[in-house]
Amino acid sequence: MVAEANRENIMSTIKIKAKESKGSVTVRTLIKHPMETGQRKNKKTGEKIPSHFIQEVTCKANGEEVINVYWGPAVSKNPYLTFVYEGSKGDTIELSWLDNQGNRDSNKVTAK
Amino acid sequence: MNRRKFIKKSLMTVAALGTFSALLIKPKRVYAAWPKASFDITDLSKSINSVYGHNNLSKTTKVKLKVPDIAENGAVVPINVKTSLKNVESIMLFVENNPQPLSSGYMLSAKSKPVIGTRIKMGQTSTVIAAVKSNGKVYSASKEVKITIGGCGG
Amino acid sequence: MNKFFFILLFFSLGVFASPEEDLDAFRDHFKSRFPSIAFSDYKNGVYSVDSSSREQWESIEEFPPYEINIEQGEELFNIPFKNGNIYASCFENKGIGIRQNYPYFDEDTNQVMTLELAINKCRKKNGEKPLNYYKGGPMADISAYMAYTSRGNIINIEIPNNEKALEAYEDGKKLYFSKKGQLNFSCADCHIWQSGTKLRADITSPGIGHSTHFPVYRSSAGRLVTLHERFAGCLNRIRAKPYKAQKDEYRNLEYFVTYMSNGLEINGPGSRK
Repeated sequence: MVAEANRENIMSTIKIKAKESKGSVTVRTLIKHPMETGQRKNKKTGEKIPSHFIQEVTCKANGEEVINVYWGPAVSKNPYLTFVYEGSKGDTIELSWLDNQGNRDSNKVTAK
Repeated sequence: MNRRKFIKKSLMTVAALGTFSALLIKPKRVYAAWPKASFDITDLSKSINSVYGHNNLSKTTKVKLKVPDIAENGAVVPINVKTSLKNVESIMLFVENNPQPLSSGYMLSAKSKPVIGTRIKMGQTSTVIAAVKSNGKVYSASKEVKITIGGCGG
Repeated sequence: MNKFFFILLFFSLGVFASPEEDLDAFRDHFKSRFPSIAFSDYKNGVYSVDSSSREQWESIEEFPPYEINIEQGEELFNIPFKNGNIYASCFENKGIGIRQNYPYFDEDTNQVMTLELAINKCRKKNGEKPLNYYKGGPMADISAYMAYTSRGNIINIEIPNNEKALEAYEDGKKLYFSKKGQLNFSCADCHIWQSGTKLRADITSPGIGHSTHFPVYRSSAGRLVTLHERFAGCLNRIRAKPYKAQKDEYRNLEYFVTYMSNGLEINGPGSRK
C-alpha cells in the first residue's frame, strides 16, 4: 500500500481530471484502494479480512480547501468522486486521502 | 449544576464529538477526526439524527438524486446528486438497508457548487436518500434501487 | 433467417460452409434479430441491446476503474526483462496497436496464437517465468494496455487457406454450438438464439462483438478478467467442467469468436458488472 506522497518512483494511487467551463471546474478522481469493509471472509482461512478504507478525501484549489469528504466502507472499491467548484483554468488542484489504517496519498494536477 | 448532571453532560459532549453534528455546530471548518460514531450506526433514523441532531428532512424536488432503478451490480452503484438550493453546507448519502446507512458525507465550501457523484456498495434493494443542508435546513430526495442477483454474470 | 436453415448451414454434411459463409449467416441472423442496432455498436456487447444497464455503464465509463490497470500495464510493458530485452522486441510495431491481429493461426507451430499466449511466449524466450492467465494481475494489465493502444483498429482475422487453420476454426465453431454441462447450454443458446433476452436477472449479449472489449474490469470481481477466464466462468455457470486457460479448446474458441467479430473495432479494455 502506498503510504507517503512525493516518493518519485511510486505511481500515485490518485488519478485526477479537472476541466474548467464557464467559471466552474469539474473535478473527477479515481483512486486505487481496496475499500475493504471488514465483513468479507478469507475463503481459505475463514477469518474476516480487516477493514481497510479511505475515511477522508480533501481537495484544495490553489492552496484553499474546496471540499472535504468523509467516506465509509460502503463506498465502492477503487472509489470514484466528482465535484464542482468555482474556479479557473490553470488552478492547481491538490487531492489527498487518509485511510483507517493511517495510510495517505496525494496528487496534483492543473485544471484545463 | 449537580455532579450527576455534569457527568451526563460531559459524556454527551464526548459522544457528540464522534458525530457529524459536532462538525456542523462549529462556525469555522475544523479538521476533526473521522466521525466514527455516525458511520457505525445501524439504524437509519438514528443515523440521520446523529448527523443533524434531528430527523426533519424536507422532501423537495429541488434535490436531484440520480441512481439506477435496477443496479447492474450492487458492488458499484453510480450515484449523483445536484441541487438548485443555495448556501449548501453539506450533502449526505444514506442507504436505508445497508448495515450502516450512512455511506458518505460531502462538506462543501463557499466555492463549492452543490454537485457530487460517487459509486457505492448496496447490500440489498433499498431506498437511497440524499440529504442536503441549505441555510440551516435539511432537505432530501430519495429513490428505491433494486439489487438483483444475476443469472449468468458469474 | 430461421433456426433450422441456420443449423443446416453450420453443420452441412460433407461440405463445410466456409468461414466467410458462416460470418455472413451470423451477421444476417443478428441483423434480423436486432434490426435497430447499428453494426458498429455490437462492440459494446450487452449494452447494445439493453438501455438501462447501458446508462449505468456510461456512468462508469466517465472514469472507468480500468484506467488504473492501463497505467500499470504500460509500466509493466516497458520494464526490461532480467536479460535487458523488452516486450516490444517480441511484437510487430513494438507491440503498439496490434491487438486486432490476434488471435492468428501460427503456421510454424500449427496452432492458434492469442495475445496472452504471445506475451508469455515472449517471457519464456527471455528467461522469465510465465504470468497467470486468471485472477487479474500483470498479464491482464499488459493485455489491457495493449488493447488500449489498439482502440479503434478494425478486427480483420484472415484464416489462411490451409487444412490445419480451418481445423482450428471448425474446432472452435463446434465448441460454440455444443451443448454442455448440467444445464445443457451451448454458447449459441444464450448468445445467438436467446441473445438479448433475460437469463434470470441478466441479459445475454449478442455473439457478434464478444472479443472486441477484453480484458474487462468487472465490478463484481473488482479486477480485470481476461477472455479465457470469462469462458471458464460461463462453463462453470452452466455446470460444465471448464477447460484450461490458453489450451487448444479456448484458443480455438477465441479464434472462432473473434472471426465472428470481424469488421468491428477494438474497444478494450471494457467495463462490465
